[in-house]
Amino acid sequence: MNIYVLVKRTFDTEEKIVVSGGHIQEDGAEFIINPYDEYAIEEAIQVRDAHGGEVTVITMGDEEAEKQLRTALAMGADKAVLINTEDVEDLDQFSAAHILAEYLKDKEADLILAGNVAIDGGSGQVGPRVAELLGINYVTTITNLEINGDTVAIKRDVEGDTEELETKLPLLVTAQQGLNEPRYPSLPGIMKAKKKPLEELELDDLDIDEDDVEAKTETVEIYLPPKKEAGKVLQGDLQDQVKELVGLLRTEAKVI
Amino acid sequence: MSKVLVLAESREGSLRNVSFEAIAAGKKISGGGEVVAVLLGDAAGEQAAELGAFGADRVVTVEHPHLKQYTSDGYGQALMAVIEQENPEAIVFGHTALGKDLSPKIAAKLQVGLVSDVTDIEGEGDEAIFIRPIYSGKAFEKVKLKDDVKFITVRPNNIAPLAKEEGRAAEVSSLSVDITNLRTIIKEVVRKSTDGVDLSEAKVVVAGGRGVKSADGFAPLKELADLLGGAVGASRGACDADYVDYSLQIGQTGKVVTPDLYIAAGISGAIQHLAGMSNSKVIVAINKDPEANIFKVADYGIVGDLFEVIPMLTEEFRAVLSK
Repeated sequence: MNIYVLVKRTFDTEEKIVVSGGHIQEDGAEFIINPYDEYAIEEAIQVRDAHGGEVTVITMGDEEAEKQLRTALAMGADKAVLINTEDVEDLDQFSAAHILAEYLKDKEADLILAGNVAIDGGSGQVGPRVAELLGINYVTTITNLEINGDTVAIKRDVEGDTEELETKLPLLVTAQQGLNEPRYPSLPGIMKAKKKPLEELELDDLDIDEDDVEAKTETVEIYLPPKKEAGKVLQGDLQDQVKELVGLLRTEAKVI
Repeated sequence: MSKVLVLAESREGSLRNVSFEAIAAGKKISGGGEVVAVLLGDAAGEQAAELGAFGADRVVTVEHPHLKQYTSDGYGQALMAVIEQENPEAIVFGHTALGKDLSPKIAAKLQVGLVSDVTDIEGEGDEAIFIRPIYSGKAFEKVKLKDDVKFITVRPNNIAPLAKEEGRAAEVSSLSVDITNLRTIIKEVVRKSTDGVDLSEAKVVVAGGRGVKSADGFAPLKELADLLGGAVGASRGACDADYVDYSLQIGQTGKVVTPDLYIAAGISGAIQHLAGMSNSKVIVAINKDPEANIFKVADYGIVGDLFEVIPMLTEEFRAVLSK
């Protein structure tokens, strides 16, 4: 089975966000594989181990993203591809989907996996957009995947309910929490990963004209939410605190 | 002035609030133009009147047996047919499971930009600027769409719906669409979410953490939530400990909620949990540990045992609300 995983390098969830000059400050921040993409990588490895084939992880970005690709290879992916977009300005979900689809269009992928959302941009668009551009079906926020021949049985999370459905390969799926427990790279895995192929491509290699993937959206400002005033911790007898709280919620906060 | 298409969505037979919020967003973008609501289903016509009362100028329905359940193929075909007929300058969906699944497909088909998870709109028409949270709500961005078609999804509970005008009627028309070749077959939907109020749309959320200690411990939280017409949520800790189902989890993984009132009981306030609720309008923290992180984001805090405080709160609300 020919399996591809779309991976994004993101800020560590614990990082404090600092905005300067209209941009999120990245200096010194820790970067990780987007947590939802880890589920996708793990699932890809499990599918390969059960059905045979090869797992290729793909990302876009600058050379820094090699680190996340090596981590995916250490987990067990077979090959990695970095599409270098360092010099391309103005990329958004439209651009990313077009670039990835352009790379994937002649790869005859049976299964493409991605996280259902990236924790930085948080739009969740790229996976389904790629599927649509490739003309294949997609299923988002999956929590279980069973492949039998070219038939695929899936459970997906729909706002807490579980939808059970059936579809066919080729297919793109996006991973939801609960799909699996992503493994940690083992030491032998890390050693092996160093020798696994990591291909670096430029947009030119994909015959993509920068103008054709120019962003359709423009971020005009990035800012931090207004700092919250320290809250009021109530004092006194517990019964009085409860009375005071209900009063405050009705008269000061006016939410009840 | 422009024409805006709004996808209305229902759940268990009634329209979701986010549909009315999407109409309000559509009105704002249209700059006094026309808002056309779209209803898809196997008996879509019944809800048209309510959409009119909430501000839709026209309603287009597509009825087809294949639209009884949502699939991206079925809804995609129906909606593209409506878009072709109406030629809207803007499109608004709710940022719901359905909206998140379908909107990128439509955006890719139309080859346009899409701003997902919008919480506020500044300006109107071509000048509209869309505000959305990034980095799990730790920052916000203002985004403009360069295309002629402005396509957004709006986060539930953030954009106020227009006041309901009983008797305000929308012109209703139906479109017949041939829906074929569904690649996904829905076998079953297993309902796990608690009855009643949808967590992501609830105006009041009462959430419990590890401090709730057991599944039974959630009973007083549920009682308070029911009294206030709200929903029960939980931290990852409480879900990991099996006190409640993961469908109730609020946080970076899990649901993002922005209710008017968020009551956190026995939740320490890990950064991943805050990512799911810190943009709530008013936050109340109840925790035995005065140093708990949750007090830093809370508007009001009570240091105490939640098993004492929550029942007292329920009693006090019951007394006050019955007056």
